[in-house]
Amino acid sequence: MRGIMLKRFFLVLLAAISLAAAARAQDGIGPMQAILQEQAEVIVKSSRTSIGPAIDAVAASGLPQAQGVLEAWQAKDMWQRQADGLFFRATQDGDRYLLTDFDTGAPVGEAGKADLRQIKPNSGVRALLGTALVRFQLLDPDPARRADALTSLERDANADLLAPLRAAIDPEPDAGLKARKQRLERLLTISYDPDQAARIAAIDAMSGDLGVDVRAVLNPLVATTLRVFPGTPPEGLNIAKRLRPGSADLPREAAYDMLVQADLAPPRVSPAALRDALAAHIRNGAVGGVPVAQLSDPDRRTVAYTALAAAGLVPPYLTEDQIDAALEAHVFAMLYAEPSSAVTDAANAALTNISMKVGLNQALDLGLDALSLGSIYFLAAIGLAITFGVMGVINMAHGEFIMMGAYTGYVVQQVIPNHTVSIIVAIPLAFAVTFAAGVAMERLVIRWLYNRPLETLLATFGISIALQQLAKNIFGTQARPLTSPDWLGGAWVLNDVVSISYIRIAIFVLALIFLALFLFIMKRTRLGLETRAVTQNPGMAAAMGINPGRVNMLTFGLGSGIAGIAGVAIGLFAKVTSELGSDYIVQSFMTVVVGGVGNIWGTLLGALMIGSLQKGIEFLNPSNTLAAQTYMIIFIIIFIQFRPRGIIALRGRAAGD
Amino acid sequence: MKSIKTALAGTAAAIAMSSAAMAADCPIKVGVLHSLSGTMAISETTLKDTMLMLIDQQNKKGGLLGCDLEAVVVDPASDWPLFAEKARELLTVHNVDVIFGNWTSVSRKSVLPVIEELNGLLFYPVQYEGEESSKNVFYTGAAPNQQAIPAVDYFLDELGVEKFALLGTDYVYPRTTNNILESYLQQKGIAADDIFVNYTPFGHSDWSKIVADVVALGADGKKVGVISTINGDANIGFYKELAAAGVSADDIPVVAFSVGEEELSGLDTSNLVGHLAAWNYFMSADTPANAEFIETWHAFIGDDTRVTNDPMEAHYIGFNMWVNAATEAGTTDVDAVRENMWGQEFPNLTGGTAVMGVNHHLSKPVLIGEIMADGQFDIISQTAEVPGDAWTDYLPESAVLESDWKDLQCGMYNTQTKTCVQIKSNY
Amino acid sequence: MRNSFVARNPSVLIFLAILALFTLAITVLSEGVGLGLVSTSFVKTLGKTLCLALIAVAMDLVWGYAGILSLGHFAFFGLGGYMIGMWLMYERTRQIVVDSLANAPIPPTPQEISDAIGSQIFGVVGGSDFPVIWSFAHSLTIQLILVVAVPGLLALVFGWLAFRSRVTGVYLSILTQAMTLALSLYLFQNDSGLRGNNGLSGLQNLPHLDDVPQSIVSIWFFWASALALALGYLLAAWVVSGKFGSVIRGIRDNEARVRFLGYSVEAYKLALFTLTAMIAGIAGALYYPQAGIINPAEIAPIASIYLAAWVAIGGRGRLYGAVIGAGFVSLVSSWFTGGQAPDVHLGFYTIRWVDWWTILLGLSFVAVTLFAPKGIGGLVDLWTDRRAPDRHGADLGPDMGSLREREAER
Repeated sequence: MRGIMLKRFFLVLLAAISLAAAARAQDGIGPMQAILQEQAEVIVKSSRTSIGPAIDAVAASGLPQAQGVLEAWQAKDMWQRQADGLFFRATQDGDRYLLTDFDTGAPVGEAGKADLRQIKPNSGVRALLGTALVRFQLLDPDPARRADALTSLERDANADLLAPLRAAIDPEPDAGLKARKQRLERLLTISYDPDQAARIAAIDAMSGDLGVDVRAVLNPLVATTLRVFPGTPPEGLNIAKRLRPGSADLPREAAYDMLVQADLAPPRVSPAALRDALAAHIRNGAVGGVPVAQLSDPDRRTVAYTALAAAGLVPPYLTEDQIDAALEAHVFAMLYAEPSSAVTDAANAALTNISMKVGLNQALDLGLDALSLGSIYFLAAIGLAITFGVMGVINMAHGEFIMMGAYTGYVVQQVIPNHTVSIIVAIPLAFAVTFAAGVAMERLVIRWLYNRPLETLLATFGISIALQQLAKNIFGTQARPLTSPDWLGGAWVLNDVVSISYIRIAIFVLALIFLALFLFIMKRTRLGLETRAVTQNPGMAAAMGINPGRVNMLTFGLGSGIAGIAGVAIGLFAKVTSELGSDYIVQSFMTVVVGGVGNIWGTLLGALMIGSLQKGIEFLNPSNTLAAQTYMIIFIIIFIQFRPRGIIALRGRAAGD
Repeated sequence: MKSIKTALAGTAAAIAMSSAAMAADCPIKVGVLHSLSGTMAISETTLKDTMLMLIDQQNKKGGLLGCDLEAVVVDPASDWPLFAEKARELLTVHNVDVIFGNWTSVSRKSVLPVIEELNGLLFYPVQYEGEESSKNVFYTGAAPNQQAIPAVDYFLDELGVEKFALLGTDYVYPRTTNNILESYLQQKGIAADDIFVNYTPFGHSDWSKIVADVVALGADGKKVGVISTINGDANIGFYKELAAAGVSADDIPVVAFSVGEEELSGLDTSNLVGHLAAWNYFMSADTPANAEFIETWHAFIGDDTRVTNDPMEAHYIGFNMWVNAATEAGTTDVDAVRENMWGQEFPNLTGGTAVMGVNHHLSKPVLIGEIMADGQFDIISQTAEVPGDAWTDYLPESAVLESDWKDLQCGMYNTQTKTCVQIKSNY
Repeated sequence: MRNSFVARNPSVLIFLAILALFTLAITVLSEGVGLGLVSTSFVKTLGKTLCLALIAVAMDLVWGYAGILSLGHFAFFGLGGYMIGMWLMYERTRQIVVDSLANAPIPPTPQEISDAIGSQIFGVVGGSDFPVIWSFAHSLTIQLILVVAVPGLLALVFGWLAFRSRVTGVYLSILTQAMTLALSLYLFQNDSGLRGNNGLSGLQNLPHLDDVPQSIVSIWFFWASALALALGYLLAAWVVSGKFGSVIRGIRDNEARVRFLGYSVEAYKLALFTLTAMIAGIAGALYYPQAGIINPAEIAPIASIYLAAWVAIGGRGRLYGAVIGAGFVSLVSSWFTGGQAPDVHLGFYTIRWVDWWTILLGLSFVAVTLFAPKGIGGLVDLWTDRRAPDRHGADLGPDMGSLREREAER
């Protein structure tokens, strides 16, 4: 099969070449097509490693069509006609493709998909095309194209583009683009300007800038390589620092391995090599006079090997002293690739300056992340703060109410395609759905169990697994998309270090709103008053004319409803699956317990503490997020030892027991 | 207590009866061991349906060896010990001739001892971490050198990536794959400092810090690429955060080994266009065989929107190879079939021919696709067939190992000491 | 003493007799040593069920008798499994390695053997060095001690911390759940040294016993599980029958009063918590060699909640209730999820039990708590004609959930 394909490929190629030649003879094809035909093989192969000459040929052709060809190529609009191997710009029209000649810009007919081959440059090739296009696009009348050119330059620049960029700054009418060009000019100067003074000036100008691009330009300047010299290093090298073998930067083994690599010292005999050497020299059941049976002892192996070495059969066994002597005789030094020490000094100074700022900003970013995670935990836990914290009901199905909210959001989005409208509809609807579910659960199950908290746990857990399975039966186990509206997409970027996505900000705001709402309901409304009364003493409350059943029902419904809204928010930033709720349930209980049951400020503090703790541990151990979660839970367990009633403990009668 | 005893007695009797009825040779039984409930049901149910479709097709063609094929479907419920129990049940109670099943590596490890003890035959259809070759298992999914290594080569050669972030879910496939990749990258001259590794739990959703870390990797002026072995649902949060942070595929490309058509259907892919995935099969492959396969699948499942994916193709190839091997052997006896499996050829859905090697791994082409806005992949690179390598060449311990069940009759042969380390697997 | 103990607890004798009969019957019917009517896989299922019954007895002790709803006992169960699993894996691998290195021209050094075992065990998770926790894996004796020591120690430390600061009731439940979650997350990490998500596998193959077929091994483990259950049951019955039992029941019903009476409530709770953790460890050590694989998913918090549910369904505060609950629910569960239960066709919809069983189970939790707080074990009361005294609706004590009828009757 592959053979056939390959053969067909060559046939097409052959046909293409001969046809091209024939066509040229008749002057039937334009000059651009001729260039493309010459490069047809690499264009079709479309590999970054080999495409260079083809792009250069088009870009350097001096033809006015070059820009158009490169742009079409980059946008995957270039197609090859199978029959004659000619390249065209093709636009889809139903099932057919309309072909346009690159040279004349005239339509040359149409073709079906089977007769055409699309040239699909991969992202590496597209980047090269982008760089080749920079010259053409820097002064393009279309601002979008000029922006494209700058983006390409930011990704991949070279020394030749510095001059065109400088020339393009003054004519730039757009202030934003002009600023970008100026900044890019500084960066390219640092990298490519032959004049050392200009480079240092540019480095100083960019010192203290937080952009990743600045560091990306400066860091290669101060990149070092470790080199080893027999004796003193030659003059004129830009040495960063000398290293002593056995220090933390250069362990002894690594240093010696470098010597071996550089052929400056004989290799050490590794245990495996030693064993193989011994195996190769077994004579009459013994090696070097040591019986084979004894060779399971490493010391005996050394003895046997030394005997072999003494007989000259194997390379000598190196002693530690010999290694030390070899290391002593050499100098290890880190060398800058950049020859000028003035430039590296300036770059180092700038980087030190930047790294302090970066550190501060990273701390700020981590703080924002922690705040965001804390607000997510708070949002997940606030419903629980009502049902568990105020009413004392353990609701293991709380997570499933969150899940129901998220699925409500998903269903609404299926019905209402407009994302903004659907979210606006979904939030109250999710509240309504979970409020109803909460009320139903309270009436049917929980009210019979108010005096049996442990059994409430069991019963609500039963409901939890039933609801989870029900969600699986209805929606399947596949995660469902819940897409945030476009205005919540993207991130608020303060600088290249500090940024936070809008959706997280929205969740933060939502958490604040709920905090206010909770405080308002509990402190300012009749329901809140009655809830507090019923919680403290149901009998007395009933005697005062409050209907405890009704109050409990409404309070529980409220807590569940808030969980539903939290579900929409969490679904927006993460995923909607039937296991969504169980991911948050333990954390939510932790939040409430750590914060102190019965106090919303405690829950808030608890959420913030857990959030920042988790982010802190993640920061200390960035390669293992799972460890962060483990240690966070262990910390909470220990924390509860010292404050069993949480951060903010209720005192006196309100404590209830 | 009494009721339990009667229940037990009843079950025992039922089991006894069913094993007595098992004596006849027809129909030929095909065990399907995929989770239909629990966390893995999401992926595995599709494979169960694929098997039912393939068996159905084969029966329409006249069955096998003059017998009808009968599927025996059991549900190990994403519970790893249950996989072993169900495998034993399939082999001893239902007397199946072959088993198609498993998704996760841990479930395969759970089943291995049972299959080897009872000399069963298992076809395992999912891309996995390698470092295994069992006498009784045929691996129709990709080994690391058929997915991960070519994808990294693509990053190095085609995208010019100089700095790698290996992000994975914390379980064995990402761990082993990343280990192999780290070693491979260092052999390719990437410094250890330029490889950032991170593991997250299953279903992780808080990706902001990790994405920020990855972006910050670009600070030393090297092009950054992400190799993702993130599993399942966690991808959704990851890609959402990536899109929110404005990371475009042109700046920081992400290649995923566990994200296929099925996973993308849970996502709005418009922000992910250009990110990559590496598989041996994409639904968008433009061949007649694939078009027919998709059509049959849609007809069987009764839903034109269902996607096809790589493990489905693996089952398609594996099942057809088994049918051909059994036909050639004239029996479904495990040892006879196994010998006929070696060198067995079958056309891929993506073009070319898959060949089953003596190490029980397939030769398959490696495809790299860019995510498109419609949730499909645009295939931008397709290699020739790569033979699957049971023991990777890029880790020192396993570079000396070789698997050859035909001549060496050993799945873990040490080429240095010229000895067979073990015949049975050490799970 | 012995006489009076049995006389006071006739149910113990009945239970042991039934267990012995059951064991004998299965042995006779088994594939390995008997008539071959019960398949090996079913013998394994039954053996595992006996282990579950044992941990349910432990759970009943802490919850049904002492009122501590621990959602962490499956962590102890899993730890027991891990401890024995380490030896099984190490020894089996060592055997393979030694056999394979025996062919080498040069006899291997201890270091080489250890490295080869390490790379076999940890190669799959990308490592080859032995973590510290494997230090004793070579010794069966030490690992067997660890089976009870590790869960016991964890329970001791955790319990001491928790009881000392007077964490009770649902707070304690949540705390134990957090402990389980932390442990399972920890074990999920590769760095934990227990092979992360892959766990320890191939445990059913006993080292040095390659020639013994699984049908025989399964019967051995079945016997061992039955014996462990019998001993555990006896121990539990003895613990709850004496003065110790009275005190812990007192703690369940009113902790403050028992404390005011001068008992060291914390010490009693801690002793019981640690004891049950050890029993759970033993149950786990017998369970996982039958299951064949242990991995962190086994000790996820949900498993412990299921354990509580078994005890509740079986009937709290009576040891045979726990056994009935564990056996009934796990067997019925495996029947339903095994695809053997017939689908129910409703015309417009077909109920496939694979999908609906969990819902049924969840709802039955609710039903049991609401309508049958005595669980299945309550049926025995009907049979023995034991009724709760009619107290005309009056409370017996502060915790209305406690089953105090028996005490009230005495």
